[in-house]
Amino acid sequence: MSDDLHTPLYDLHVELGAKMVPFAGYAMPVQYPMGVMGEHNHTRSAAGLFDVSHMGQVTLSGASWEAVAQAFETLVPQDVLGLGDGRQRYGFFTNDAGGIEDDLMFARRGDDLLVVVNAACKGADIARMRAALEPAVTVTELDDRALIAVQGPGAEAAVAGLDTRAARMRFMDVADLELDGVAVWASRSGYTGEDGYEISVAATEAEALVRRLLAQDGVAPIGLGARDSLRLEAGLCLYGHDIDTTTTPAEGGLMWAVQKVRRAGGDRAGGFPGAGTALVTPARKRVGLLPEGRAPMREGVAIYADETATDPVGHVTSGGFGPTVGGPVAMGYVSVDQASVGTALWGEVRGKRMPVQVAALPFVPANFKR
Amino acid sequence: MKFTEEHEWLRDEDGEMVVGITVHAAEQLGDVVFVELPEVGTVVSKDDEIVVIESVKAASDILAPVDGEITEVNEMLVDNPGKVNDDPQGEAWFFKMTVSDPSQLEELMDEAAYQKFIA
Repeated sequence: MSDDLHTPLYDLHVELGAKMVPFAGYAMPVQYPMGVMGEHNHTRSAAGLFDVSHMGQVTLSGASWEAVAQAFETLVPQDVLGLGDGRQRYGFFTNDAGGIEDDLMFARRGDDLLVVVNAACKGADIARMRAALEPAVTVTELDDRALIAVQGPGAEAAVAGLDTRAARMRFMDVADLELDGVAVWASRSGYTGEDGYEISVAATEAEALVRRLLAQDGVAPIGLGARDSLRLEAGLCLYGHDIDTTTTPAEGGLMWAVQKVRRAGGDRAGGFPGAGTALVTPARKRVGLLPEGRAPMREGVAIYADETATDPVGHVTSGGFGPTVGGPVAMGYVSVDQASVGTALWGEVRGKRMPVQVAALPFVPANFKR
Repeated sequence: MKFTEEHEWLRDEDGEMVVGITVHAAEQLGDVVFVELPEVGTVVSKDDEIVVIESVKAASDILAPVDGEITEVNEMLVDNPGKVNDDPQGEAWFFKMTVSDPSQLEELMDEAAYQKFIA
């Protein structure tokens, strides 16, 4: 683990008793003494604080908002130009085959775009943006900032306790706040299905801010273990598992994140890598899978149409135990003729076929503040 | 009680062995959410994978500690897998088995040796 990078909160994680594991090149807390199940339930009932500083934060700036937005639209199938100041969107980089190179969040801050990308992909993402956008757009990696997520029904009270303006933010708003005297950029978003905030703060002030947040009522530190079960129950994709370079946005069930203006027939249709294939009606689709019984169906489990079929119709891309659901939950790809909710299928676990049903996502209803 | 390097304990009960996992193993596993038990009557060899334990994050196996036959399984764990975390060296035993080669028991650790092993 000695080669792994540390986030600005590393020492605090260790002090709080976290079990540290290597993750995407960083030493990250997988769980604290509360344990994965306790941390999951705490986030759903109160508020969880996550260190997501390993993720990449990048700003794009140029001659004008229009120049930056139009340039970014050459890399993503989202409506960037139409994004209001102080608003955020979910998006993804596509490749020439229409596959997904990474998923990301982008926010408009005045004339600049703030892009948050996955830790494992950030080097490639920054190289991609530099190659495609510079010199007209300046790509700046903000490696002197930490990123913290506060998630759960208690998140608003915790953050608004330090700056009342936080309570007025709507889902996917971004704003500058001053949390107990510390200037931060906050967005009302997250990746747990719960209401909450992601807070970008200068690395030097991160630990003090986190201590202040942890002192708020009901806020507890949460590790990667519970982050994974929360996002799985919320039906959200984990990059490299549920979506990757070989899955298109259409296959991944991510067409909700492609605005009409960028789709076929829209005013600014196409113009991003793989535009000819990324949005085409697919032969397979990402679905929710609800195993019967108690045995979890994890990543790699083959899915069959019946108990004796020899050829699989799909496979699980992420799965495990959902503490809020109280049983196993999974996501995976199946052929479109097997993808309707309620379809009875079979998953093979340790050589045994077990019944599993195609289920609606999310498994746990989202609790966003619209 | 005897202990294996795979963090199982064995307790002699009228010539049969009751088998479970240690407190140390239960702590390492984290929250147990599913237990798959063997069938009564299964004849096992030492190191056969006979029980699957799924925690929130991963699946792990319990290996047969010695040669023998499964005589009883703890059905309570099917509905209440969390018991493995609450009482691993008590109520949450996994199975009982006969021992076909008692000399294998002599190779196992006693409590003091096991404590040293995990220290």
